[in-house]
Parts: sequence; C-alpha cells; structure tokens
Amino acid sequence: MVKEIERVGIPVVHMCTVVPISLTIGANRIIPAVGIPYPLGDPTLGEVESKKIRRNLVERALKALETPVSGQTVFED
Amino acid sequence: MSKRIVHYINQFFGGIGGEEKADVRPEMREGVVGPGASLAQALGEDYEIVATIICGDNYFGENIDEAVAEIMEMVKKYEPDVFVAGPAFNAGRYGVACGTIAKAVAEQLEIPVLTGMYEENPGADMFRKDMLVVATPNSAAGMRKVVPVFTTLIKKLANGEEILGPAEEGYLERGIRVNYFAEERASTRAIEQLLRKVKGEEYHTDYPMPVFDRVDPCGAVTDVSKIKIAIVTSGGIVPQGNPDHIESSSATRYGIYDITGMDTMSPEDFMTVHGGYDRQFVLQDPNLVIPLDVLREMEKEGRIGELANYFVTTTGTGTSTGNAKAFGEEFSKKLLADGVDAVILTST
Amino acid sequence: MKLELGKIFIKDLQFGGETRVDGSTLIVCKEDVEKLVMEDERFLKVSVEIAKPGESTRITPVKDVIEPRVKVSGNGGIFPGVISKVDEVGQGRTHALVGANVVTVGRIVGFQEGVIDMSGPAAAYCPFSKTFNLCVVVEPREGLETHAYEEAARLAGLKVATYLGKAGREVEPDEVAVYETKPLLEQVALYPELPRIGYVHMLQSQGLLHDTYYYGVDAKKFIPTFMYPQEIMDGAIVSGNCVAPCDKVTTFHHLNNPVIEDLFKRHGKDLNFIGVILTNENVFLADKERCSDMTAKLAEFMGLDGVIITEEGYGNPDTDLMMNCRKITRHGVKVALITDEFPGKDGKSQSLADSVPEADLLLSCGQGNAMLHFPAMDRVIGMLDYIESQIGGSAGCIAEDGSFDAELQIIIASTIANGYNHLAAKGY
Repeated sequence: MVKEIERVGIPVVHMCTVVPISLTIGANRIIPAVGIPYPLGDPTLGEVESKKIRRNLVERALKALETPVSGQTVFED
Repeated sequence: MSKRIVHYINQFFGGIGGEEKADVRPEMREGVVGPGASLAQALGEDYEIVATIICGDNYFGENIDEAVAEIMEMVKKYEPDVFVAGPAFNAGRYGVACGTIAKAVAEQLEIPVLTGMYEENPGADMFRKDMLVVATPNSAAGMRKVVPVFTTLIKKLANGEEILGPAEEGYLERGIRVNYFAEERASTRAIEQLLRKVKGEEYHTDYPMPVFDRVDPCGAVTDVSKIKIAIVTSGGIVPQGNPDHIESSSATRYGIYDITGMDTMSPEDFMTVHGGYDRQFVLQDPNLVIPLDVLREMEKEGRIGELANYFVTTTGTGTSTGNAKAFGEEFSKKLLADGVDAVILTST
Repeated sequence: MKLELGKIFIKDLQFGGETRVDGSTLIVCKEDVEKLVMEDERFLKVSVEIAKPGESTRITPVKDVIEPRVKVSGNGGIFPGVISKVDEVGQGRTHALVGANVVTVGRIVGFQEGVIDMSGPAAAYCPFSKTFNLCVVVEPREGLETHAYEEAARLAGLKVATYLGKAGREVEPDEVAVYETKPLLEQVALYPELPRIGYVHMLQSQGLLHDTYYYGVDAKKFIPTFMYPQEIMDGAIVSGNCVAPCDKVTTFHHLNNPVIEDLFKRHGKDLNFIGVILTNENVFLADKERCSDMTAKLAEFMGLDGVIITEEGYGNPDTDLMMNCRKITRHGVKVALITDEFPGKDGKSQSLADSVPEADLLLSCGQGNAMLHFPAMDRVIGMLDYIESQIGGSAGCIAEDGSFDAELQIIIASTIANGYNHLAAKGY
C-alpha cells in the first residue's frame, strides 16, 4: 500500500515495528515503532506516558516527511 | 461444431514486409495466414482458425490504445473460443504487442488466450504473470518444435481442461503458487537438500526469493503546518461490529471510516480485528494504532495544517501483496481527489 | 540422553466402563473424563465425543490436539512444568498411544481456532482426519475472561491426554524406537566424518492470547537455548498459542516433530544430528535481533555444518525466519528453511512477508490461501457459529446447510510450517 500511495505522488511515512519487512516491501521513509501489540505508545507505562511516546513518534514522522531522502531511509531518532 | 480460433501476427509473419512495413495498421483476413497454417494442420478438423489479424509492430507500439481498440472490434466479430498471438520468438516489439493484445482480449472479452515467446523477449517478463506464454526458441526456425506445444494448449483452453505445470506443458512459469502433494514431506526433503548444500552439491529450492519492486521516494513536504494529512493503517482498526467484514487475516477488503469531530479513537467506537497480534492493548486504546488523539492536538495547535476526516484501514497479516497493491491503487485515487498532501501509514 | 519410545498403535476408540487399551482399541470411560475436566471450576459444562476417520463429521472450533503419552521409566513425567512437576525429561522409556488424540473444542477466544473434517475434500489436508479423536467440548462459565478460558481449555486437553496415556503404561508396545543424543563433544566424536546437523526450532511467542510453553515457561520469556530432542518427545514443549489454524504447531506436533524424526532416520548414516536450538518469535524488533544473534552464535558454537529452521505462523515471524537464516549463514553454517506460503487466493503474490538473499533453500509446506469447498457434514462436534470469522473464512461464506467455502488455512495444521505434511506448492 505504501508504494501505491507514493506512486501517485503523495509522500508517505511508514510507522512500523518490523522495520525489515518495511525495507523488504519498499517503504522509503520509515519510523521504527514501539512493538507489534502497541506500535504508537506503551500502555504498560500508563496513559500519560504512552501518549507522550505517541506524540514524540508522530513528531518524528512529520519531520521525516519534511526531510528529503534519496532512497529507503530509517529514521532511528 | 469446430472450435474457433482467431490468430494475431505481425507484418513480417503476415507476409506484408519487414521493418519498412512495421507501421501498417491492423487488417483482418479470413482463415489462416503464415504460421497459422502449421497450427491449423496440427490442430485437425475440430479446430478452425477463422481469421488472422495482422498489424505492424511499430504501429501497435506507437498507437497502443487505437490499435487495441481496432483489433478488439475485429476479434469480437468472430466470437472465438481461443485467441492466439504470435509466437513472437525473440522479437521484442512483436512480443510486447502479442502480450498487450492478448491481455486485453482476456480481460475485456473473457476469452482464453495464448502466446509464445523466447524467455528473454522483453514481453515475456511483462506478461508471463497474466497469461500462458509458450517458451519458444529464439528464432522462427524453431516453429516446428513449438507447434505441438501450442496445439495441446489451444485444445485444453478451448475445452476448459486442466493446465498442468510449466515443465509439463512447456510455458513460461507465471509465478502462480499452486498446491500439490509431494512424494516426501517437507522435513524429509529439507534434510535431503540441506545435505546437498553442505556437501557443495547442487540443491533445489521450492521457492526462489521474490524480488520486490521499488518506488522512488517522493520529495519532502516543505511545511507540515500547511498540509492535509491522512492516516492509513494495516492494523485492522474498524468501527465496533466490523460493518464491512474485513477479515482478521489475509484481507480481501479494506475500509474507509469517518473521524469527523472525534478527538480521540474511543474504544467504544473502534476495535481491531487483526488476527496476528495480542489485541488487548489496542482494544483498550485504538490510538496506539491510529494516533488520532495527538494528531488532533497538533491540528489545533497548528503543528499540522489539516487532518483528513477519515482513515483507511485493512488487516496486514497474511494479506497478499497483490491485494495490498490493489487496495493502495484504489484508495490513493481518493486521497489525491481529496487533496491529501501526505500520509502516515501505521503497521502493527 | 537416551529415550525408548514405545508405540502402541490404536485402531479404534470406544466408550466403556473403564479406560484401558484392549488390543488396538482404546476404551475410554466417558464419565471419568468429564469428571476430570469439570474439576476446573471455570467450566460450566463439558461433553466428550468420539470422531473416527471416514465419518461425516466436522470438528470446530478446534484449539489443540494432543497425543496421549505416559512416562514408563526415567526421570520426570509427561508435560513437565505444566501437568507433571518441573523435572528434566527425555530419559528412559515412554509409551505413546499412536493413532488416538485428544482434541479440545469450544467457542472461539480469538479468530484462530480451526476445523477438522473426518472425511471429504478437507480431510486430505489434515493429519487429524486420519486419527481417532476424543473430542473434549468445553463450555466456559459466563463472563470468564478470554485468557483464563484459553488456559482452562489448554489444561483440560493436557489433563485428559495424560489420563488416557496412563492406559498405555503396562501395554506391550507394537514398536519401540530408540533415540539417543550424547553430550556435544561425545556426539561430535561419534561420527567424526559425517556432517553435523542441527535443528533451529522457532516457537510462536507473540502473545496470541497465550504462547508456547517450554517446561512451563512462556516462550517469549526465554532466550535461545540448547535442547536434547528427546525432551520434546516427553512433552517439554506444549502449545498454548492461538496462531492461524493452518500454522498451529499443536502439542501433538511437538511430540511428533517431523524434522527431529527424519533427522534421526539418517542419524549415524549420512549425518550427525547434534541437537536442537530452541528459539522464539517476538513482537519487539530488539528481541528479534537479539534472539537471532543468539541462535547464530549457538549454531556456530556447536560446530554445526548445517541447520534446518522451521517457523510457526506467518507475517512478521517471516522476519525472524529471515534473520535467523541470514545470521546463521553469515556464521558459516548452511541453512535450509521450511515454511508455508501465503501468496493470495490467486497465488500470484509474494509468498512471504520478508526475504533475504541468503534464503536460497526453502522447502514449501503449501500455500494456505487456496480455496476449498467444505461440504455439509452429518454431524458437527462443537459449533459452526464462528466459521465466518475464523481465519480462512469470510463474511457470508457459510450456507444454511453448514457447507462453506474457505481458505485452506481454516484447517488445523493444513500447511503447518515444520514439514509434517506432504502438501507443497510450486510455481505454475
């Protein structure tokens, strides 16, 4: 799906846990997420902390969208 | 009544001329022309090549839409049981033309099609997934060799009989994964092949690793505070009750759901049907997959311009790349039409 | 470690007054089984039914399948850490009632429970269509939390299998197989000229309700370790996860691991089977990296020339499979992978979610997306209420008479990725 969105000219950032799959299928802007059962946040740390983590990840996603890339790029931090 | 076949060939095999005649427009002749003669003879009297369509390779290549439309009209008139194109051997433009027209006939007229090419013909890789492409030698000198392959397949297609594997039938592998019961179970076969590999002998894999295609990255967004963002997910988030029956694995459906006026993904409104992970956390807080709460905040703060008033969703686990691609192609049109400038895609 | 496995071939299953083996017939006291299951207060009721090969019978939703075994001599008891107390197993003598199985059935907890047809087209795809099955159909008390329900159902199956296994304790087996693995240095010295082969056994541990258990430990909580294959034959690994039905390595399949069985067939002849590296499939990327690092390190440390790797599940575990393959290969050990494929109903998509160039030897267990028609059956053990939402089913797939069309993956262990079945896929 990532590629089809990008193919029509819409930049897309892929937030996912299993970065190797994202690299294999061909996403270009990749943000590593927390984990499979809770990609954006960490409910084991409570709601407030979980949301903070989510906000931070989304911030990073937005920055990735604003960053020019020439090929597949994993935005580690 | 005999089975009816329409045959497509290029200007060269049609006897019109070589390169200098490659721009001739499609024309139709009753009965067999050129290579059709040997096919007709081998097929016998229960099969008839009712018409032959001849078209210049350059004309086809340079006017694809018109050429396809013209030829399609001709084919329709004859109501064939099977449509045969070529074989094109190693002629590149001819191969692409054969594949293009055969694919169009198969899709639009729902008639079984058959073509033939040399494996390295550029048309082979373009179309082997879409149809039966008989593996031919690289020149027309090999026609005699492939006539029996063609006739067997034409007969099977005309009668709706089972097509066996590429090795048995002589076509280029289409990349379709088909089940069968092997003589030995996989564990036994694995040991056999592993020992060969360890000894440095030749070994056979059941599945050569696929090559995934790539798309060049889009340019960066200059300022996210001025753009419209949409959320797409493979995390299986759906409204409570899963109204569109999206599967929990190997999805064949996706959904688009409204989030107008919502500040957060409420567990009362949304759930996940994803069958590939422990759902307990996301069932309690769907924002873990669709970060609506923080995106709404950002929208209010002006950190992002606008959030699209819906999200797109399906289940990622076990969903074929073919389906995922089809979903993407379809909803991307909507995203474009709705003026979405960037997408955040989340996966579990 | 040396284990004598005595196989008692069971060719019929009947209810009777006392649970015992009579010739090749297993007679089961139904009341005893019911009583045993109902000891767990989490159940409202239980029914026990028999399903035989060739019958027009459908069993669903199936949770687990367990072969009854009993420890006759040697340390410990069957299913250590779960049913028997934690103690090392794999030594001495064990008897198995081959051909009889306990099948746990009950309303679904996730989407992941499967179907067994005792006849018809689906029977060709399921190993348990050919065995005599004692079906334990449980009904939980209202409001029982899903994890508690899953645990109760899992324990019920294991308890019943252990109970039945005891009937084989005093029976003279039809066949005795001896499996022996020596400590590493001795084992290597025993057949110095033969290639040293190991088995990397990946356990599903993604928290799909519950996980796989190793001596009672949740598989996501251990780090990769060495294991004697004989331990597995005594039930050191039990299944508790809810992965897609086709892929579920049932407890039966742990007891009867095909890779271990086939490696022993050639052990000392043209290979030297050194042992098992047990690993898991995790939900955090760091865990995937860490555990695959460790399997590779162990493979190198054990001096292996080649390993076979099997997977449980599909989707992101394909990444664990590929990481293991890549890292083990880079440690100089040759790799063969066994897994199943999910290329879509039309078979045209890529079969795996991930791939690496090192994965140049893969043995297929078939493609799970292929469609099959399941004709109506005279008798249903369990219920058909969930067919549409079980993995492989889809909305509207079931007809009023109980027939349905679904993907092969709805059948328990149909494409099980450890190589147990003959099903395979090839390119057309």
